[in-house]
Amino acid sequence: MVYKKRLDGRGWEDTRPIEAKAGVIKNADGSAYFKIGKTTAYAAVYGPRELYPRFLQNPKTGILRCFYNMMPFSGMGDRVRPGANRRSKEISMVMEKALGLVVDLHDYPNSTVDVFVELSQTDAGSRCAAICAAAIALADAGIDMKDMVSAVAVGKIDDKIVADLDYHEEAYEEGPVADIPVAMLYNTKEITLLQMDGEVSKEELLNALELAKRVTEKIAQIQIKALKERYAP
Amino acid sequence: MKELKEHTLRLIEEGRRNDGRKHMDYREPVVVTYGISGTAEGSAQVQIGDTIVMAGVKLSIETPYPDTPDQGGIMVNVELYPLSSPEYEPGPPGILAVELARVVDRGIREAKAIDLKKLCIEKGAKAWTVGIDIVTVNDAGNLFDACALAALAALKDAYFPVYKDGELHYEEKSKKKVSLSKEPVSVTVYKFGNSYVIDPNAEESCVYDARLTVASTDDGMLSALQKGGDAPLTVEDVNKMIDIAIEKATFLRKKL
Repeated sequence: MVYKKRLDGRGWEDTRPIEAKAGVIKNADGSAYFKIGKTTAYAAVYGPRELYPRFLQNPKTGILRCFYNMMPFSGMGDRVRPGANRRSKEISMVMEKALGLVVDLHDYPNSTVDVFVELSQTDAGSRCAAICAAAIALADAGIDMKDMVSAVAVGKIDDKIVADLDYHEEAYEEGPVADIPVAMLYNTKEITLLQMDGEVSKEELLNALELAKRVTEKIAQIQIKALKERYAP
Repeated sequence: MKELKEHTLRLIEEGRRNDGRKHMDYREPVVVTYGISGTAEGSAQVQIGDTIVMAGVKLSIETPYPDTPDQGGIMVNVELYPLSSPEYEPGPPGILAVELARVVDRGIREAKAIDLKKLCIEKGAKAWTVGIDIVTVNDAGNLFDACALAALAALKDAYFPVYKDGELHYEEKSKKKVSLSKEPVSVTVYKFGNSYVIDPNAEESCVYDARLTVASTDDGMLSALQKGGDAPLTVEDVNKMIDIAIEKATFLRKKL
């Protein structure tokens, strides 16, 4: 097999360097910054607040809405045209599913909690960075959460199972590649986001998910540390 | 809102402000950070007090317009992100975003800060387009000055990507900078009653009577003006406001 060493020299299970900070946007009720390698996400949470138009309201519970967006200059190469597109709509929807089941909004009927994520630069793994930033921001906003949500893209390059693929690895052409974004809960290890594109056997997938458990645990600790630092005396 | 307006006005007429500043003070800190986005050809973040905006420059090769076959182009866009304020909602740009973008655009374009002819690669076929996108991260007032400063800073940070044998290599930056012959800086002067102030905070931004945005270059020439607000201005007002704007532009230029 050809892929003997990662392109940037990392170990197979290593992520790129991670930085996380809570409370970076003053106007927001909660906010966070999450950077993994060159992928940088800012998240802001507004709410619980009244939801309009009214037909969207749920009298039994508040709802969580996510809005994923790339800044126009955040992609290598062409400018990203502003406004929602099919990709950003899908990512926003899977983010809602990934985060929605840890938050309890039953105390806020007819309300919404809005999570806005903006990426200022991207180098693969942007939906996972968006979820990590959003989870910190939700906690920072004081929203009731059952667990921490952490996400990472695991995958396969040639015959190697790897964590946190970057752009060059996703584009690897010498052999088969699988890109598997996963979000996991810190305590229960339940999966709340699972997508895959590429080619992978069931056995490889299961190995990759075991790797995701170990990696998301480390990421969760970084997220929790960011929150503790925010509220440290 | 009426109470806020009366209160803000009274303070200002007494020579004070609701955050303790003097009329001609910018909020602290005023900070320009370059290179905040590695995917942009040039980028910068501007912080004025609690207001934070980011700007990124993307350079692309387009076909020149038929009436200016030997010139490249400039495009300025402003996005008021719902991330930056509870007042903003997702959706197409509203009139404030459009006005901001157009005023920033005119400040740069009309100062001829960028020589559009130098952007031409092949007459009638290929020329660089300089796309400047400005986005809000935290809107706490005075977006006009912050956006214009961020756009200029991002331009100062911009290098052309490598272009060889008809292909663009965005991952490689060349050593060639986007040349700026002038540095237009915008200062917006706000009128409350009979007083002038600069750099309104979020509350003051809601209740001013009139504003005048003045883009000026270091030689004291004006490249763009925009009056806003519901109250009129006299010629004397304009005279005084331009003097203030030119003086304060010197202060902002030092932060670059």
